[in-house]
Amino acid sequence: MDVQTALFWILAGLTGLSAIAVVVTQNIVRSAAWLLFTLGGVAGIYFLLGADFVGATQLIVYVGGILVLVVFGVMLTAQGPFVTMKTSAAEWAISLVVGLLLFSVITLAAVNAPWPQDAHHSEDMESAETSQNSVKLGAAFLGIKEITPKKDLTGFPMGKTPPERKQVAYLLPFEIVSVHLLVVLIGAAYLARAKRRRGMPT
Amino acid sequence: MPYISSFWLYFDVLWPYVLAVLSALVLITFMLLSAIFFVWLERKVSARIQDRLGPTRVGGKYGWLQTLADGLKLLVKEDIIPTNADPMLFRIGPYIALAGAFLAFIALPFGNGVVARNLNIAIFFMLAVMSTEIFGIILGGYASGSKWALFGGMREAAQIVSYEVPRAISVIVPVIVAGSMNLTEIGKQQTGPFWNWIVFHDPFTFCAFWVFFTCATASCKRAPFDLAEAESELVAGFHTEYSGFRWLIFFMAEYGSMFAVSGIASILFLGGWHLGLLPPGWDMERLFGTVFGNFINVVVFILKGWFLVFVMMWVRWTLPRLRIDQVMITCLRYLLPMSCFLLVGVSVWQLVAAELTWLSLVNYLLAFGSLFLFGFMVFKAAATTAVSPTQLMPGAWPIAGSAGPHVTHKA
Repeated sequence: MDVQTALFWILAGLTGLSAIAVVVTQNIVRSAAWLLFTLGGVAGIYFLLGADFVGATQLIVYVGGILVLVVFGVMLTAQGPFVTMKTSAAEWAISLVVGLLLFSVITLAAVNAPWPQDAHHSEDMESAETSQNSVKLGAAFLGIKEITPKKDLTGFPMGKTPPERKQVAYLLPFEIVSVHLLVVLIGAAYLARAKRRRGMPT
Repeated sequence: MPYISSFWLYFDVLWPYVLAVLSALVLITFMLLSAIFFVWLERKVSARIQDRLGPTRVGGKYGWLQTLADGLKLLVKEDIIPTNADPMLFRIGPYIALAGAFLAFIALPFGNGVVARNLNIAIFFMLAVMSTEIFGIILGGYASGSKWALFGGMREAAQIVSYEVPRAISVIVPVIVAGSMNLTEIGKQQTGPFWNWIVFHDPFTFCAFWVFFTCATASCKRAPFDLAEAESELVAGFHTEYSGFRWLIFFMAEYGSMFAVSGIASILFLGGWHLGLLPPGWDMERLFGTVFGNFINVVVFILKGWFLVFVMMWVRWTLPRLRIDQVMITCLRYLLPMSCFLLVGVSVWQLVAAELTWLSLVNYLLAFGSLFLFGFMVFKAAATTAVSPTQLMPGAWPIAGSAGPHVTHKA
């Protein structure tokens, strides 16, 4: 076992343990703190795999945005000093069944998928310093063709040749989605603001 | 010699990891030592601005060792966790803040290639990990079980989430000019004289520097944006209930992230590790060789970062604290539209300047104009002799009939 594998298992173990702690903890803010370690651990695995852009995005979106908003929401809405959730036995049972089903589906998919054998040593992922992952990601948005994977696609049946990819630019759909999000944000801010009638004392 | 060869085999495999641990140690030592220096500097700067002397006794004439004395005092203080606090969150808050501030240093190049990890998306990585720092502060504020701390944490959350947006957008402006998110690459592009610095590239990057620096000051929760602590309103804000070592760690994180944002500002806008006085195409490595040249690069970079930190302190002790609604309006109504306008403007400029070559004259105009202005300000400051007031201090209320010892009215 080389150091990289050892690091992977350490990170994966910490991520899994803190993910369990997120579910088990009854205090909302405590489970948000555990979620921080889960998300940070996943980001660490991304960094370990050389996908530094995805890792940094994970941190900036989830830790810097969503987690802060979770705690902010609890601060604004909590009645008492520390909010705890009481989960009944039925809720435990239902969530256990759903969780186990999802887990088995994901495990089956992961086990049955034909993974490329030399993925670990592919030159693109060798090092975060020389890898051009984020450059390729940007190029893919603009529809530059060289980024179509040369290796076997995961999840594609072994032995068959994958279909020739058409040149697709994702920039326009991406922009449309982000403008849509902006519209939603402005709408939410409009709905949430305090209504003030004209002529009323402020 | 099988033993020796196997030793070298393991050495080859383990060397990158040993190097990683070593560079982490060097970085954290640098961060903590500069925090010690900054605390001393903060005391001295605030004292001079308020017409005092500041520390003068501990460790010689200038009070060099004052911070060490402070640190010793904080280490032996009683570590108190309030009864109402959530102990687990109360404990981990400071460490999350420190980890966020320290992680940013991993991608920060101190010289040409003097960087722990030369990430391809270094600037994005730094912004991402620095956004985790505030989570520690919010947790600390929330977990203290005190209203003051809760208010401080809430203000911090609202303020930082808002200021992150114009900060990120104003970072994109120099990234568009440089065409890279790799900080080493951006630094290399500013080799040579100071008019190669990105801040003078065009009017939009020039304005983006001020927008970025304002947002960076706010995101380090420095005055005039230090509403999270706001001693005049909230006792001490998010760290009201903290004492001793945990309190110290919060401040290590604050001073660490101050240097980190100053480092980002100096690489993105102010030429990074380049002195700015060499002819085009020359850098210190070409002049003095790789090792010694890079040593000078690191010194120049650290001095630039320290200067920007000094400017933050200067601003802090000069401007009064804003109100929380003024802080939010500054961000949402002014800085955010400004940064969006700068982003569009620099994109148009990059397209237009490729066609119209005379636009590059703006570059020299900005560079030499700023140099002239800076020189004029230094000259004015040096030429004006400091006179201690012999009359009534400005702002003091004259009391009829009773001339105090310092009030000497002249006819």
